[in-house]
Order: sequence, then C-alpha cells, then structure tokens
Amino acid sequence: MMQLTIITPDQKVFEGEVSEATFPGAAGSFQVLKNHAPIVSALDKGNVSYTTKEGKLSLVVDGGVVEVKDNKIVLLAEKVIG
Amino acid sequence: MANLKEVKQRITSVTSTQQITKAMKMVAAAKLRRAQDRILKMRPYSQKLTAILNDVVAAMGGELQIAYAEQRPVERVLIVPMTSDKGLCGAFNSNVLKSTSTAIHETYANAEVTVLPLGKKAYEFFSKRGYKTIADHYEVFMDLSYDRVREIATYAMDAFIAGEYDRVVLVYNHFRNVATQEIQVEQFLPMEGASVGGNDTMSIDYILEPTKEYVIEELVPVALKTQFYKAVLDSNASEHGARMTSMDKATENAGELLKDLKLMYNRSRQAAITNEILEIVAGANALEGN
Repeated sequence: MMQLTIITPDQKVFEGEVSEATFPGAAGSFQVLKNHAPIVSALDKGNVSYTTKEGKLSLVVDGGVVEVKDNKIVLLAEKVIG
Repeated sequence: MANLKEVKQRITSVTSTQQITKAMKMVAAAKLRRAQDRILKMRPYSQKLTAILNDVVAAMGGELQIAYAEQRPVERVLIVPMTSDKGLCGAFNSNVLKSTSTAIHETYANAEVTVLPLGKKAYEFFSKRGYKTIADHYEVFMDLSYDRVREIATYAMDAFIAGEYDRVVLVYNHFRNVATQEIQVEQFLPMEGASVGGNDTMSIDYILEPTKEYVIEELVPVALKTQFYKAVLDSNASEHGARMTSMDKATENAGELLKDLKLMYNRSRQAAITNEILEIVAGANALEGN
C-alpha cells in the first residue's frame, strides 16, 4: 500500500492508502506501483485514477506536479475537477 | 442642565449604534476564522511545492535560468494594492493607499506606473484620481478562490514576460495577529534571488519527467501564483482582523459614552425632582403663612 495525498491551494482533495495510481504525465501517462523509484513529474491536464480499498476512483486535474518517494505520493494540482 | 428628553434620545441612539458595532465585530470574528482557515489549508500545498522546487533545483546543481527573474531597467511598473471592499476597518485601507501613493510618487517617480487595484476601496481611490488603472479584477474579494487569483497572477506574469512591465509590486497588509497588521511592499517580479537552494541535503536521486528544464518551467510559475495567492489571503485575513479590532474599540467607546450620558440623565432627572419639591414646599409655606 502507498500513501497518496492530493492537494490544491484551496483544500486537501484526497488522503489515503492506494495500491495503484495513474497520472497524466507531461511525457505520457504513467502508473505508479509499490516501491516505485523516486520521481518528480510535471502533469498535463487529464485523468488521475487510483485504487483504494473501496475501489477505483478518478478525477481530472488541470496540470500540476507529482512526487513519489518512499511509497508516498504527493500530487499538487492547481485545480481539480470532479 | 441638558434637556431630559434630548439626553434620553441620545441614549437610545448610542445604544443602537453599540448594538450594530457589536454585531459587526461578531461577523468579522467569524469571517476572520474562515480566512485563517484558508491560510492553514493552503500551507501544506505551498510547503510541499517549495520542498519539491528546492529538490529539483538542487538536482540541477543550483543553476537555473528563469525568465521570471530577468532584471531590466525599471521603466514600466505594475503596482497591485490590496484593500477591502468595505470600510469601517480602521487604518487598514488608508495604510495601503498611502504606501501605494508613496511608491508611485517616490520610489517609481521616474517610471510609468500602472495600478491594478484589488478591492473596491483601492479601485475607487486610484480611478478617481486619474491613475492608469486596470479595473478588471477589483472585485476579487467578493468571491475569493484560488482560481480567480490565479487569473490575476497569470496576467501579471504574462505581461512581465512580454515586456509590458519591468517590475510588479504588491502592496498589502501582512497578518501578524488579530490586532496588528503590517504593511508590506513586496516585489513580485522579477523574482528575487530565487529563495531556493540553501540546504543541499538532496540525498535522493529523482527521476525528473519529462526533463529537468520542463519541470522547473512548470513549477516556477506555480510557485509564483502561490506566492500571489498567499498575499491575497494575508490581506483578506488582515481586513477581518482590522475590522474586528476597530469594531471592538467602537463598542467600548459607545459603552463609555453611554455611561456618561446615563449619569447626566440621572442628574438632570434628580435636579428636576428637587426643583419640583422645592416649589411645592415653598407654595405650601406661603399658604400656611397666610
């Protein structure tokens, strides 16, 4: 399990355990699984999806940046839709 | 001695004024709590952003060329004063207006200055006095959100890159605590000394996608917008703090005034009664004497 946090300047959108997360990277969509190498990636506008215990969730971000380190994922988005 | 009826009328009017100021204080307190909440909510975002930016800059060996940091001779300046939409908040607005005027007439006396007012008070002040103003955004505080502020910051940043302005300055009240606001004249663009680096404790080798340069180019504008948003939130919290303090003072003053008025009222009431008794006794005496 990995810890995923999605924050915007206005609020914390999501915080919790996920087993998998997919991001719309600027160089193409990519998936993060457990023990992923440390990465910082810029994001394009697009779909972010992640799997929690309750099931698969998704939302749309309008650009941003994601950092993965020690099974912690932090997504900084300027705007989140849905 | 003052007229009894007049004093009574004044007491009534001061009481109702006191009720109003008391209510305004409560409202300001509630709004202040919301404004502070906003600042707290945005803190994790800006902290994480700075952390990532620091890491990435460290990974690049501290060398970075950013268009937003370009120093040019200052010929055209954009000043962004932030005030409130409404008055009754002490020296909050006049401090901003005064500092902005000083900046225009002294610091940037030789430059062509454009004013981008945020808040109705600043808009009214600068548009009436014939300054070159951009009036598109002054009602930002009516419905404050990152989205709205982002628009304004983006405008300033794009105009800076396009060479329309050589410097962008923010003038706002910094929120120290509920009772104290500090006026802040802050250079927004060009970015100052890129407050990154410092701690070269970058132990982890990040993969930077798609390229280091791209990540930096994406992150820097976001950091700038965040800085702008922070200033706006700061100003917003200061406004409610200032209004709360000044309304508290007003309520207190009304209380003192009421005390004086009541004393005066009771004195003149007593004087009137004494007078009446004297008259009655004198009348009775005169009758008995006959």
